[in-house]
Amino acid sequence: MKEQNKFQALWVLFWTFAKMGVMTFGGGMAMLPILQREVVDSKGWATEEELTDYYAIGQCTPGIIAVNTATFIGQKYGGISGGIVATLGVVFPSLVIISILAGLISNFADLMWVKNAFAGIQVCVCVLIFNAVVKLLKKSVVDKRTAVIFVVVLAGGVFLKVSPVWFVIGAALTGIILKNLEAKRA
Amino acid sequence: MILLKLYWEFFKTGLFAVGGGMATLPFLQAIGESTGWYTYSDLMNMLAVSESTPGPIGINMATYVGYRVANVPGAVIATLGEVTPSIIVILIVAAVLHSFRNNQYVDHAFYGLRPASTGLIGAACVAVILEVLTSVQLVAPEGGILKGVALGPGGLLNLPGLLLAGVLLVLTNWVKPVKGLHPIVFIGLSAVVGVLFGFANP
Repeated sequence: MKEQNKFQALWVLFWTFAKMGVMTFGGGMAMLPILQREVVDSKGWATEEELTDYYAIGQCTPGIIAVNTATFIGQKYGGISGGIVATLGVVFPSLVIISILAGLISNFADLMWVKNAFAGIQVCVCVLIFNAVVKLLKKSVVDKRTAVIFVVVLAGGVFLKVSPVWFVIGAALTGIILKNLEAKRA
Repeated sequence: MILLKLYWEFFKTGLFAVGGGMATLPFLQAIGESTGWYTYSDLMNMLAVSESTPGPIGINMATYVGYRVANVPGAVIATLGEVTPSIIVILIVAAVLHSFRNNQYVDHAFYGLRPASTGLIGAACVAVILEVLTSVQLVAPEGGILKGVALGPGGLLNLPGLLLAGVLLVLTNWVKPVKGLHPIVFIGLSAVVGVLFGFANP
């Protein structure tokens, strides 16, 4: 009986997060109000404070924010298997929808009007990425030192053919060293 | 074999991309560059579709790139690769939640990581703008790591594209009633403009 309950609980977890995956239109940030309604108000899997904590940690750990938050809530409710199941739930709709769309688009990719449409869309993507960078700048560049890190990584990213992994590792170490020096001086 | 490589590349992306879906873009660019699985232009189309469909953008992009490389199995493997590090990291963090929140090393590392992540996305943005709006190309010589500037075929600037970009920039940032609209509105608008004015061969 207990086994069956566990299975049932995991199924509810999967299904709830799959629904949230569909409703998250546009990325992790759009997910918070939906999480509040489903996880806190309707299911009671976490309190408002816990959710805020999870969300904050989800943003400052590697990976997709929506996935990080899902894993967190899932593990709180159902342990390790809960964490895995919630994550599989949140990515499941993407897998289905994108696979279908990708198949369709590749069938029509050679039509002239589709090519023209995507050429227009690419211009829009440039602007959207640019806007995203401006928004992130306000949050991440908070003083002269972070401005230097930004410029160095930007230039390195443009002109060097190096994996972004090295910039990430280098920047994390730089952050720790800078803050340590600051503490010593104080 | 290709599935194994796909899994590994997306595992690395999931582990090192800090700051959400857009932060995976520079990694996806680097994967395309080093494997030749897809071009910048392909990647931008995939990004546009990912922004216009339900689901977290980062996951949509992983799924799309995976599908592109190895069909449905590729989509599944790439997505699983990208979420594996998240699951591992979060399960560990959850176990040591209190000390993680109060760990100054984590805090300090993120002081450096945040601007770097923005810098990487900024570099991806520069590459994408050069690709779409100019014929300037940044290419590294075979085996080299420093990229030089080269000119591709066609005019230096894509004028209709620049004009549309200018209009979109104004609409998305400064025009009150429309600036908060979902990106899909602007993507749709740009598709229509692209078709009406034959953007594919300027």
